[in-house]
Amino acid sequence: MNRRDLLKNLLIIPPGIFLGGLFTKILSLLKKTPLGKISLESIYEKYNPHEHYYAMGIDIDKCIGCGRCVEACKIENNVPQEPFFFRTWVERYVITVDGETKVDSPEGGIHGFPETLTEKEILRTFFVPKLCNHCDNPPCVQVCPVGATYKSIDGAVLVDKDYCIGCRYCIQACPYGARYLHPETHTADKCTFCYHRIVKGLQPACVEVCPTGARIFGEVKPRNNPLARFVRFNKIGVLKPYLNTDPKVYYANLDKEVT
Amino acid sequence: MPQQIKYLFGLAIALIIIFFIVRHYLMSPSFGLFGHYRAASLKTVVSQEIKYAGEIACTECHDDIFTLKEKSYHRGVACEVCHSPAYAHTQDPSEHKPPAPRKRAYCPLCHGYNPTRPTGFPQIDPVTHNPGNPCISCHNPHDPTPPVTPQGCEPCHTQIARTKIVSPHAPLPCTQCHIAKEEHKLNPRVALPSKPRNREFCGQCHSQEAESSPEIPRVDMKSHYSGFLCWECHYPHHPEARLKKEE
Amino acid sequence: MEKSFERLAISLKEVAGFIYPNEIELHWSILIVVYPYITGLVAGAFILASLERVFNVKEVEPTYRLSLLTALAFLIVAPLPLVAHLGHPERAFEIFLTPNFRSAMAMFGFVYAWYLLVVLLVELWFEYRKDIVVWSKKEKGLKRIIYLVLTLGASDLSEKSLRFDKKAGKIITIIGVPSAFLLHGYVGFIFGSVKANPWWSSVLMPVVFLFSAIVSGIALMILLYMVITLFRKKPIEMSCIDKLASFLLYAMILDFSLENLDFIHRIYESEESIKILYQLLISKLFISMVVIQILLGTIVPMVLLAWTKLGHLPDELRRLIYFCSAILTLIGIFSIRWNVVIGGQLFSKSLRGLTTYKMELLGIEGLLVALFFLVLPFIILYILVALFPPWKEAEVKLET
Repeated sequence: MNRRDLLKNLLIIPPGIFLGGLFTKILSLLKKTPLGKISLESIYEKYNPHEHYYAMGIDIDKCIGCGRCVEACKIENNVPQEPFFFRTWVERYVITVDGETKVDSPEGGIHGFPETLTEKEILRTFFVPKLCNHCDNPPCVQVCPVGATYKSIDGAVLVDKDYCIGCRYCIQACPYGARYLHPETHTADKCTFCYHRIVKGLQPACVEVCPTGARIFGEVKPRNNPLARFVRFNKIGVLKPYLNTDPKVYYANLDKEVT
Repeated sequence: MPQQIKYLFGLAIALIIIFFIVRHYLMSPSFGLFGHYRAASLKTVVSQEIKYAGEIACTECHDDIFTLKEKSYHRGVACEVCHSPAYAHTQDPSEHKPPAPRKRAYCPLCHGYNPTRPTGFPQIDPVTHNPGNPCISCHNPHDPTPPVTPQGCEPCHTQIARTKIVSPHAPLPCTQCHIAKEEHKLNPRVALPSKPRNREFCGQCHSQEAESSPEIPRVDMKSHYSGFLCWECHYPHHPEARLKKEE
Repeated sequence: MEKSFERLAISLKEVAGFIYPNEIELHWSILIVVYPYITGLVAGAFILASLERVFNVKEVEPTYRLSLLTALAFLIVAPLPLVAHLGHPERAFEIFLTPNFRSAMAMFGFVYAWYLLVVLLVELWFEYRKDIVVWSKKEKGLKRIIYLVLTLGASDLSEKSLRFDKKAGKIITIIGVPSAFLLHGYVGFIFGSVKANPWWSSVLMPVVFLFSAIVSGIALMILLYMVITLFRKKPIEMSCIDKLASFLLYAMILDFSLENLDFIHRIYESEESIKILYQLLISKLFISMVVIQILLGTIVPMVLLAWTKLGHLPDELRRLIYFCSAILTLIGIFSIRWNVVIGGQLFSKSLRGLTTYKMELLGIEGLLVALFFLVLPFIILYILVALFPPWKEAEVKLET
């Protein structure tokens, strides 16, 4: 792009796109394209979102850092393969005897952790899988200026990629680094708990492929499901509880070093 | 009323009315149905294509393999962990064949030694563990029981073994302190090995009266932090007692 | 896209410590630095203009109309960097259709519209109405049409109606001062309310933004007044710029005190983020914060201005000092915006590492575009000044 083109683009593009968008929208509405009546049945068919409220449990002591969840997530959700975009990733914590804490997540842990992080003597070490916490009090939803990110009836925090303006305020507001700007759609993107799977009775992809059962998916309310048992028999921690985001990803055996 | 106000207010009211008319026509019809968002977007999210079929779908045709796997150490490891997403395969089995990893590099993703992995999880050192052979030449992935039951403890407790080897306790075999039944090698969680229960156990070597070799550090069992168990301060796999003295 | 991936790959190599994998891409670029800078200039210039009206500071009268026009020129440009930065600029109008009232950003459209339509344009209209009506009769061609439209049909020039203009102007100014506070305090709130980011999250943020806005607005008006008077080959009224310089000094003292309060408060509270913020300050932000913002942008102009107050300096030297101080102050305030916006994204929310900002040169979020948005207000101001000469001698005198 040479400078002249650039200047031309600058003068024309922002207002042009704005007016163009407005105009096409007006045209499409004038044509009265029937959007179809939207109701719970037309969206979910037989599934009733009012009967569910989802959450996830993660047992840190079971995670082996194989990165299968990261790979499955990228495949299932068409997350760009480049190592800058993750809906879920795995972190490795190594605390050495001299009190130093080292953390890494090479390519989100998608290829495991073949390299050693430190040559020093290890005091304790563990893997921590991370993903969107689907907060009950989500700061990302609060800051979205147009209502393009929202909490669904069954408790998943989702993004409307056809409505998001790409201002990235939600990415700034997320304390967990769980959001990114999708390089193709130019809209915010994040974990959906594999919403398209769970409404059909399947497990989220990361839970499906976890070989050690470190990830447990289930519901907050009913007592007879794996998550209810998980929160009953473990001491539970959440990430950054002092921010009052009310995360719905529950960690068992969470270490104080995890941020 | 002054003329200015009349015209200004006229303009303002016109602008506001225009704004509301335009807003009415541009608003997405499903906006606000369930909350401050377009309900139609749920449809977009829900209609996303599925790639992982889920294990139940696999059992419909591959029940034999599933039964075998569920009795093995790999129970709980879903088919698609190794065989890649297979939803397409469930829709058209002949057109889409799921791959099966056969290379030696694949299994160490889980079973290569990494100190961060939880202890007890079976790990091998890919460099020294039967180099050159593909894993599947000895282990059936659907029933990966080792052809030869490991005799030592290291294959599963590598992190402990590697810690102990650099500690003063290096010459001691694991069985010095733990009694493990044969069953533990086959059903590790069902038959747990024993652990020492009292101070006297450590005292066999470390008390002043003990008949062990003289360079082993001794303590007066009566006065040395009585009321505590030895392993409440000393990590037995790396006791660090001598280290303190040098400081 | 490949190019942006390459840039991200370079950033990835320069990460110190640990950052969340999604944090490699820095989301709010230089355009978002320009946005609060420009809004700050708007608010500052407007508040300066209201000094003359509300507080009757007669010395600054020569800058009154110019300040209003400057505020307008910058306000027109203010939303452009925001829109250009969006992933989907064509959807920007949704902010008016379905504003999320819980979102600080959603209020932007409304605060902006209020300030532009209700405050600035109306105030200017009342201020210039008499002139516009006369010009619409005197001028020819396109200019005549423009003026004619702008009268909105209100062509009454009776004494009573002119008295009403004056009164209305004053009322609007009184509404305008809190509105200007709102406009810029609100921009500070956008940052100050992000609890996830300890560098931003502070109740003082809106207040600091506001006072730095006033500082930058006054500095800009000193500069504009001096340069424009120079070009018009008119003498600079020393009483006017002396007064402006005094205001600049007082505003700077207030602003600097508030910033120090924020700084001391952070250090004293010493929350968990203090270590990484200290790392950030002594490494990535050392030049832009310690050297440019604090030393060159605040302390040097403050000392220089204080010198002109205490010593009896010749006019020539005072003018030189005012000119230099104004330029240094404007650079200093720009680096404040930089340090807030970019600085707040250079450390990981895991508080375990720092990343870098790789600025583009040519892309839509690049340096050239940012410079363009910084120059554009001056071009608009040039046109506005040509249409509505703000000089005293250009004001229409009615024979009564």
